Amino acid sequence: MFDNEKLEKISDAKKEWENSTLSKAISRFPERKEKFTTGSGLEVKRLYTPEDIKDLDYNEDLGYPGQYPFTRGVQPTMYRGRLWTMRQYAGFATAEESNKRYKYLLEQGQTGLSVAFDLPTQIGYDSDHPLSEGEVGKVGVAVDSLKDMEILFDGIPLDKVSTSMTINAPAAVLLAMYIAVAEKQGVSKDKLRGTIQNDILKEYIARGTYIFPPQPSMRLITNIFEYCSKHVPNWNTISISGYHIREAGSTAVQEVAFTLANGIAYVEAAIKAGLDVDSFAPRLSFFFNAHNDLLEEVAKFRAARKLWARIMKERFKAKNKKSMIMKFHTQTAGSTLTAQQPDNNIIRVTIQTLAAVLGGTQSLHTNSRDEALALPTEDSVRIALRTQQIVAHESGVTATIDPLAGSYYVESLTKKIEEEAYEYIKKIDELGGSPRAIEKGFIQKEIQDSAYRYQMEVETGERIVVGVNKYQIEEEGHKDILKVDPSVGELQKEKLRKLKAERDNEKVKSTLEALRKVARTDENIMPYILDAVKAYATLGEICGVLREEFGEYQPSIIL
Amino acid sequence: MSERPIRVLVAKPGLDGHDRGAKVIARALRDAGMEVIYTGLRQTPEQIVAAAIQEDVDVVAMSILSGAHNHLFPKVVNLLREQGAEDVLVVGGGVIPDDDIPFLKEAGISEIFTPGTPTSAVIDYIREHVKRK
Amino acid sequence: MNFEKRLLEGDKRACARLISMFEMGNSEAIDIIKRLYKHTGKAHVIGITGPPGGGKSTLTDKLVKELRKRGKKVGIIAIDPTSPFTGGAILGDRVRMQDLATDPGVFIRSMGTRGSLGGLSKATYGAVKILDIFGVDYIFIETVGVGQSEVDIVKIADTVVMIMVPGLGDDIQAIKAGIMEIGDIFAVNKSDLDGADRTALEIEMMLKFGENEGWKPPVLKVSAFNNTGIDDLLEKIIEHKKYMLNSCEFDRRRLANAKLEVLKLVEEKLMAMVLKKTSTGDYLNSLSKKIAEREIDPYTASDKIITMLGE
Repeated sequence: MFDNEKLEKISDAKKEWENSTLSKAISRFPERKEKFTTGSGLEVKRLYTPEDIKDLDYNEDLGYPGQYPFTRGVQPTMYRGRLWTMRQYAGFATAEESNKRYKYLLEQGQTGLSVAFDLPTQIGYDSDHPLSEGEVGKVGVAVDSLKDMEILFDGIPLDKVSTSMTINAPAAVLLAMYIAVAEKQGVSKDKLRGTIQNDILKEYIARGTYIFPPQPSMRLITNIFEYCSKHVPNWNTISISGYHIREAGSTAVQEVAFTLANGIAYVEAAIKAGLDVDSFAPRLSFFFNAHNDLLEEVAKFRAARKLWARIMKERFKAKNKKSMIMKFHTQTAGSTLTAQQPDNNIIRVTIQTLAAVLGGTQSLHTNSRDEALALPTEDSVRIALRTQQIVAHESGVTATIDPLAGSYYVESLTKKIEEEAYEYIKKIDELGGSPRAIEKGFIQKEIQDSAYRYQMEVETGERIVVGVNKYQIEEEGHKDILKVDPSVGELQKEKLRKLKAERDNEKVKSTLEALRKVARTDENIMPYILDAVKAYATLGEICGVLREEFGEYQPSIIL
Repeated sequence: MSERPIRVLVAKPGLDGHDRGAKVIARALRDAGMEVIYTGLRQTPEQIVAAAIQEDVDVVAMSILSGAHNHLFPKVVNLLREQGAEDVLVVGGGVIPDDDIPFLKEAGISEIFTPGTPTSAVIDYIREHVKRK
Repeated sequence: MNFEKRLLEGDKRACARLISMFEMGNSEAIDIIKRLYKHTGKAHVIGITGPPGGGKSTLTDKLVKELRKRGKKVGIIAIDPTSPFTGGAILGDRVRMQDLATDPGVFIRSMGTRGSLGGLSKATYGAVKILDIFGVDYIFIETVGVGQSEVDIVKIADTVVMIMVPGLGDDIQAIKAGIMEIGDIFAVNKSDLDGADRTALEIEMMLKFGENEGWKPPVLKVSAFNNTGIDDLLEKIIEHKKYMLNSCEFDRRRLANAKLEVLKLVEEKLMAMVLKKTSTGDYLNSLSKKIAEREIDPYTASDKIITMLGE
């Protein structure tokens, strides 16, 4: 970036500064600590200068927005053209209540929906399954059948909104339900916009809502890729998620590395299933975490974009530019929120929002201040959304693209994260790819080591968390929090009873049998799931058939 | 008579898969010299109690983040009582609203650890309150 | 709690408590074993060992499920290493045996290796007897495949199953020296992976070198994950015991193990006596000091201690 002569002068001046001004200052006022590190433990120097980015090649490493390698952003105008999608993850209790919340959020200026499902739904159990006891409607909405999905999106035109669904193991079933609801609204499949998370590998690693073993799970995923490339072309078929990996305690580098390694595994599986890389890769999307270390996070997003572009182009020989683009959703870091002095969380979320926006996210969920206590109240959800709106309209950071580019620190950190993540990816390749590395426990162990290290740093006071290990106050119990009505479980059970009495049970049986048969073949399973869904077979019934055919995942390594 | 390390069953009842806390606690207890029996995700109260009985643990430590604690924690205590194992110390952790804590304590959960609790506090609590020996 | 009666009736809680009492060196526990010793020796004790990551607990889970189908009662002792620095351990084998937790005919006990330098802890020997009295038909002892434990396992098991996995390559070479001799049956797990045939072949070749009369250790390919080959493996395990019984190899092995166990107990007791005798007046420390300062040699010193025992 700089010619050698100038660089030498800069370097000489730096040495002089170190020997005079700096050393004088340090001898009188020593620095606060010996070593400074980022939030994830990367060492940070006192000062960054042009020397630190002397090997940077502007065109190769950064380029221009909307152009390879997309370090500076995926669209040519970024937020000057259109702001990111403000998308609050919401959904609780019943479909009726969630529907009300969605309408409220849309009225408040939210531009996309994000559906949270309860745990039984995420694990493919109906609300009347014994394991669902106590869990129905707790962390999201309970969806047992197409009936619930119809209520969930009642009065919301599916050709006008984009909907993101946090659903993984049974993603094919929920997508089929969404398609069926759209058809009833008279909206054709090709008009649908949205995302399913559909990322099973990170479930094995960090999030835990898996059902089937890796092989059939990967088949379901590639079936969705293929089906959507033909019939639902504007749907993001997967959201490859680093979010939960980070929440589980990984570092920023690990978040990038393990997410991209999973991405590689999906691309490889699809290619192996006979798909052309450019037929599905443009619909891959990503999902990252935004933590408190503002500049490290910005560097992380930039590094991830660049790495993915390089992987798609060089490793998978993608031709279509869209295949090389890493679009991503971001959510602020739930794990950084404290139960102590919860209002402080608003400030944390603000910093994290800035990190996501300065890092060029395509959509954002901001957490509510009270999430370390319980599900957020409406007030808290509004403040969280307002945080995004203030950053968008008042902070000024949206006026120019990638405003931190060229910062000696941010650029050198971007490079460092890219390099270290790449080292991890190489290591995972050596282990035989991400599914094998998960089976061997390598990825889980790396994350757990980081999580434990972090916890110990907090406990020794080496790392300060405001309100937790410093600046504590005596606090009253927090009363103003949302409670889920415990009768939701009964309500859902009653709905199921009614459904099973009223539907055409012969048709349910025949579609489920057809599903069972196709599960044993290599044929694409999506149309059969769609048939079963339309016959009002329940989620639990459909997943039950697949459980019998595919078996269930047993974690192999734990600690 | 020789000493046996304090034995703790670390369990995740319910369906949520967020085991960061449970795993950090498991390691911290190990590093404090305890024997930790880890049972993994999605444990029913029946499974937890069966394991606690067979492993003859001194402590059952459960973590839950899904909000199903009011349902699942007391169930574990009751099943332990049915088996005559009321001398097992039961503690819980996770995202648990303050409002629920009196109910849980009444139900027989000795202590509830909410987010931000240092692992050292959990270790000290267990050492001081373990009912056996 | 009337332990004897409840144990003989198959009460799990009594069984669990007794194992704990034995672990703590409680003399009541030892008295109970003494009185009920005639009830031991019936269960078929199976050692499951092999390198880490071989899928031992998943395979044990599958074998036990098969035995349960046949109506047999089973005990499992799952051993994981204890941290030598803190004395703590994380015992995670139950994760892979979750369905068995609530099975009335299965008893699972996890144990750390504790102070036994990687070998089987003293408690294992007691737990096997207690489970035997408790009335299980089979006892699986699953050990970490590093260190002393897999060599220890022959001292307690009737049948030792070595679990191998494809892709160990050079590891097999390293392993063969120490532990190839102790396997009665070799199972190559994860047989769906590339290289399973080669691994099986390599093991067979190595076994040929040491071939002698009698039982020829079979090499089987299994997949705990896909549930294939489990039946065959179980049949071989049962067949091995039959062979042993018919060939008086069984009596020979149990005799040898009895001798080892009693000698070990004597050694422990003697050591305890020595430590007790020499602790009065700080005798051991002052004697050691003299050795270090070259006032006395260690040979004479040890003779002195032995003489003390008789006093």
